[in-house]
Amino acid sequence: MKPWHKIGSVVLTGWLLSSPVQAMSGGHFWGVSFEELEYRTGDEDLLAWNGDLYYGSDELTFRWQPSGEYVLEESQYASLQNNLVVQKPVSGFFDVKAGVRLDTPEGEDRNYVLFGVTGLAPQWIEMDANFYWSDNSKASADLDLEYEILLTNYWVLSAAMDVKVGFHEDLEIGQAKGLNATELGFRLSRDLLGRTLSPYVGVVNERLYGDRKDWAEAAGSEPSEWFAVIGARLMF
Amino acid sequence: MRTLKKIAVFTGSLLFPAILLAGEYELSVDPVVIDTGDFTKIGVGYNGSSPGPTLRMKEGEIATIRVTNNLDVDTSIHWHGLIVPADQDGVPGISFDGIKPGETFTYTFPVRQSGTYWYHSHSGFQEPDGAYGSLVIEAEDREPFRYDREYVVQLADKHPDAGAQIMHNLKNSAEYYNRTEQTLGDFFSDIGENGFLATVKDRWDWGNMRMMKTDIEDVQGFTGLINGRGPDQNWTALFEPGERVRLRLINSSASTYFDFRIPGMKMTVVAADGNNIQPVVVDELRLAVAETYDVIVQPREDKAYTLFAESMGRTGYARGTLAPREGMTAAVPEMREPPLLTMADMGHGGMDHSNMSDTEMSGSDMDHSSMGHGSMDQSAMDAADPFYAPGSGLLPQAASGGKFLSYADLRAQQPRYDYREPEREIVLRLTGNMERYIWSINGVKFEDAEPLRLQYGERVRIRFINETMMAHPMHLHGMWSLLNVGAQGDNPVKHVISVNPNTEVAFDVEVDEPGEWAFHCHIFNHASAGMFLKVVVEGGEA
Repeated sequence: MKPWHKIGSVVLTGWLLSSPVQAMSGGHFWGVSFEELEYRTGDEDLLAWNGDLYYGSDELTFRWQPSGEYVLEESQYASLQNNLVVQKPVSGFFDVKAGVRLDTPEGEDRNYVLFGVTGLAPQWIEMDANFYWSDNSKASADLDLEYEILLTNYWVLSAAMDVKVGFHEDLEIGQAKGLNATELGFRLSRDLLGRTLSPYVGVVNERLYGDRKDWAEAAGSEPSEWFAVIGARLMF
Repeated sequence: MRTLKKIAVFTGSLLFPAILLAGEYELSVDPVVIDTGDFTKIGVGYNGSSPGPTLRMKEGEIATIRVTNNLDVDTSIHWHGLIVPADQDGVPGISFDGIKPGETFTYTFPVRQSGTYWYHSHSGFQEPDGAYGSLVIEAEDREPFRYDREYVVQLADKHPDAGAQIMHNLKNSAEYYNRTEQTLGDFFSDIGENGFLATVKDRWDWGNMRMMKTDIEDVQGFTGLINGRGPDQNWTALFEPGERVRLRLINSSASTYFDFRIPGMKMTVVAADGNNIQPVVVDELRLAVAETYDVIVQPREDKAYTLFAESMGRTGYARGTLAPREGMTAAVPEMREPPLLTMADMGHGGMDHSNMSDTEMSGSDMDHSSMGHGSMDQSAMDAADPFYAPGSGLLPQAASGGKFLSYADLRAQQPRYDYREPEREIVLRLTGNMERYIWSINGVKFEDAEPLRLQYGERVRIRFINETMMAHPMHLHGMWSLLNVGAQGDNPVKHVISVNPNTEVAFDVEVDEPGEWAFHCHIFNHASAGMFLKVVVEGGEA
């Protein structure tokens, strides 16, 4: 433990000494985190990521939240999403946010305005819910939930569920009306370098529903896929 | 002849008062290497080391301290616990503009007190990075206790991470340094002990509040130091058996409360925060951040004794040795089990009382009105420390099973002021949001807060209500804090008032120093995050 901690300290000390945070000033803070940064292997092999970079104060933060999936065999972005939001606390544990979402995957691009709520629900459930309105007037939403079980103070088992819902059909980007897809992930991580780097292994299930499922089956792909994943959580 | 002599003495005292009563001191503020035995890091120190030298002043002198800043950023020195003119207090933005790189700043103030104090930077993250030292003032009059030798025992919680990085990490995740969280294993062992339903209900109640029983020390992973030396480096003080040894205990930690004991030895506490108290014999005492206590011990045997300071959350310890000869050591105890907060520690804020069972409710049903008004009976006080919420998980117990010092034991030896009733009471709620790592007073952070205005010449009572689940060592600069233990004129004279979770503590201030002063939680990151007020004393001659 200790040697790792030392290295982390040495690496980070230098550039953090020039941090804008000053004692007793109205502080501005920043942070970079990637809840998921991983290689997924199943019927196809993917790279997947889900990040959050922010700058701001206790009262308001500006965030860039990149996420996506890159299919290795086809060299294509199955999804490529960048959310740019301003986020503001509204209660002890919850923030609201507003901004834009820019999707530039293989195929049709979409731009959206988004409104969301994010925070820590009772029983330590991290939640993030977003409503999207696209530039071709189609509405959709997603909800992410995450719960961590501490096996020890360094080994963490996390359960994460993402749900995607369409309120309108948008055929060009394969969005159905109703429940579209869920992603369920279980990841076992070990903290290294403080909490800067937490490598993990896990399993992920991606599953399609309703029309979305039918379209996938018609195209010859599986409506439910399991992946083994290996990756790392980052926070600095 | 007699007249001539008188004239000579008179002339001499006119010509040379400064020489007779001047104390001159030099301090340079330097980048230093700090080696704790567990790790080595770059930090900030004085005269080339961290901690800095012990400054020894004399009561009654005019102290002149030249401080040279060898850093490439601004610095400052605050004389913690000293009553000095407002412009000598060393808080940038309140007392002065700070000391620029390369600049030498000269502090000058009359020394009007005696006892054990310390000094530290009030700029940036320099204090957690190592910019602290001890300050001992020799009394003008004979002290009401005897000792054969004395040592400064300055405790600190040295962390391998830089102060700025610690704050950065806490803002990104308040649990960043908490490695004592309850795990799945604890869940199963609690089921074994308390049954399945009780354990599930317990986790459910805490989960509903989104509070953790383990939020006692928010910066873990430190090495405890005594006079700059880690447990393995074993700072050692010598004695001759039978001698009375005065230990000047100073907690210069950035974040950590320490429980101090010397296994196998009683300690007589003779001073708190530099001011003499009526002696109390104890087995163990808790030093809140920035407090000082003087204890006298009398080791009679020709053997070594361990100085052992466990952190309140039992995540780290400092260790030294008191020995008849160099190289001797005594057994180093294991740290005790980490405490857990209880529902009794949960504040008025942020929790739904309806979730609490009746038994838990009775635990927090404390009669605040009786606290500190002299109505406590002694037997009740022995049973439970009135300065902790009844049923608090933080309630200390001596490892030996003997006496643990309480604020309720403190009585001034020589009151500084005649007692009078305060003319008004000011309520300050200590508030915060652990999840966001925001700390505040009355729900307002320093940057948004109006100064607290006091009138010169008045006596005010300040009543803290701690609505958070952490203890806060509150430090008022410039004026004494007369801790209300219900002893009126004998109330102890302090400079740090520790306020435990879900308790109220009152202290009186004789507003006798004009100017602007800092008033803050001395847990470094709490002050940085906003638990800080400016006090303006209106009137008087500034």
